[in-house]
Amino acid sequence: MSARLLATLATLFSGVRDLLPIIVVIGFFQIAVLQQPVPHLERILLGALLVAIGLSLFLRGLEMGLFPIGESLAYALARKGSLAWLLLFAFALGFGTTVAEPTLIAIAGEAARVAAGGGVIADSDAARADYAFGLRITVALSVGTAIVLGVFRILKGWPVHYLILGGYLGVVVLTPFAPAEIVGIAYDSGGVTTSSITVPLVTALGVGLASSIRGRNPMIDGFGLIAFASLTPMIFVMAYGALR
Amino acid sequence: MTELLARLADTALATLRDVLPLLAVLLGFQLWILRQPIPQLRRVLAGFGYVVVGLVLFLVGLEEALFPLGRLMARQLTDPAFLGIAGGVGTWSDYLWVYGFAAALAFASATAEPALIAVAMKANAVSGGAIGVRGLRVAVGLGAALGIALGTFRIVTGLPIHYFIMAIYAVIMVQTLYAPRMIIALAYDSGGVTTSTVTVPLVAALGLGLAGTIPGRDPVVDGFGLIAFVCSFPIMTVLGYAQLADWRARRAATRQPRREI
Repeated sequence: MSARLLATLATLFSGVRDLLPIIVVIGFFQIAVLQQPVPHLERILLGALLVAIGLSLFLRGLEMGLFPIGESLAYALARKGSLAWLLLFAFALGFGTTVAEPTLIAIAGEAARVAAGGGVIADSDAARADYAFGLRITVALSVGTAIVLGVFRILKGWPVHYLILGGYLGVVVLTPFAPAEIVGIAYDSGGVTTSSITVPLVTALGVGLASSIRGRNPMIDGFGLIAFASLTPMIFVMAYGALR
Repeated sequence: MTELLARLADTALATLRDVLPLLAVLLGFQLWILRQPIPQLRRVLAGFGYVVVGLVLFLVGLEEALFPLGRLMARQLTDPAFLGIAGGVGTWSDYLWVYGFAAALAFASATAEPALIAVAMKANAVSGGAIGVRGLRVAVGLGAALGIALGTFRIVTGLPIHYFIMAIYAVIMVQTLYAPRMIIALAYDSGGVTTSTVTVPLVAALGLGLAGTIPGRDPVVDGFGLIAFVCSFPIMTVLGYAQLADWRARRAATRQPRREI
């Protein structure tokens, strides 16, 4: 029991340590640069405690739940030997986790406002909701496509940088054709689609897949899925902006 | 107190909306396609519970403690009166405090990002300890810091974003040619993981605050795009970190045959 308590305290401590840099930065700029007292100190301490508990629970849950199930599914699908099911699973995972992502919903609403302000669409609630929904579906489709492409790459053992280079070229070529208002949002949408829950699961999938296929190195071939998932939304969103 | 509880409920709902489709896909495939029971089902479900509860507490704690202060400071630091350029148009060098604050904040929040810790743990396990959790997190944090400093500089000067992004891509491509093969995929991944839950709200507040106070900048057009910098720079620093380790290992063992790091 005391060993368990000690382990809990140790994870709590590491949670506090992870947060320490943010506290130091904000404290330094508040006191030394802006020269103002820190408001609501007790709320900040309470919040920091919540963050520390939350982070240690999250990391423990990853080891218990997300990592094992991601890997065991990857093994099982690789053993089943059906390419179609594997790719369908990859697509469902990418699409399903992205379409309901809270940050994406926020960004899509923001983008609709920009588009309405720029005269791209009519400035009415219906037109904005329509635009935002289309954008969400576009990004979710792009992440689904990215995971499918990434899984296919792991199976084939292609070097990751050829595909990334192709993606970069796509971004560069599309930029002049996309409306200027959408470019910043498109570039940002790549980063916001990958949430704290999707990332560990997708990583476990890639690594599990690469370790269950002969001749694939989990280090070289297993990573890279997240990279695709943050690149394709840029291309798809700019195409969406250009075609609308 | 009721406000705190309401926020807990809101965040729990948003996180559940995020998790439910994922759980549906996983269970659906496991039960209908593979037709297998899930090994250690109770443990896995408990793990999911931990992840959701942990993430909710983490987000609410940040929202309670640090985000309001971070946003307030982003506004104060970008205030023309504080920068000593009230009534006039400043040059890019009047904003040095802003770059410094942005870089320090990006470093601190990127290294605390749960998704980054998860990927670093996995990379550490897969590489048999050759890639250190702390080393990777610091490399990514440095990248985020450099990226955001350049991104805020771009907002201040108003230069078009795509020139910067193309230059960054060119550097990444050249680095890829010379970097150890083992690190490449992980480096590309480390761009996307920096911006999951901690960094985006703080960075977005900074970008919008900055674009809102500089004459001639449109908050919605120029305020966006900072996240793209935070996403692409860590790729360069992680590749650079591996190249440095590789170079030092080779220099230390010039007479021995080259070994993989």
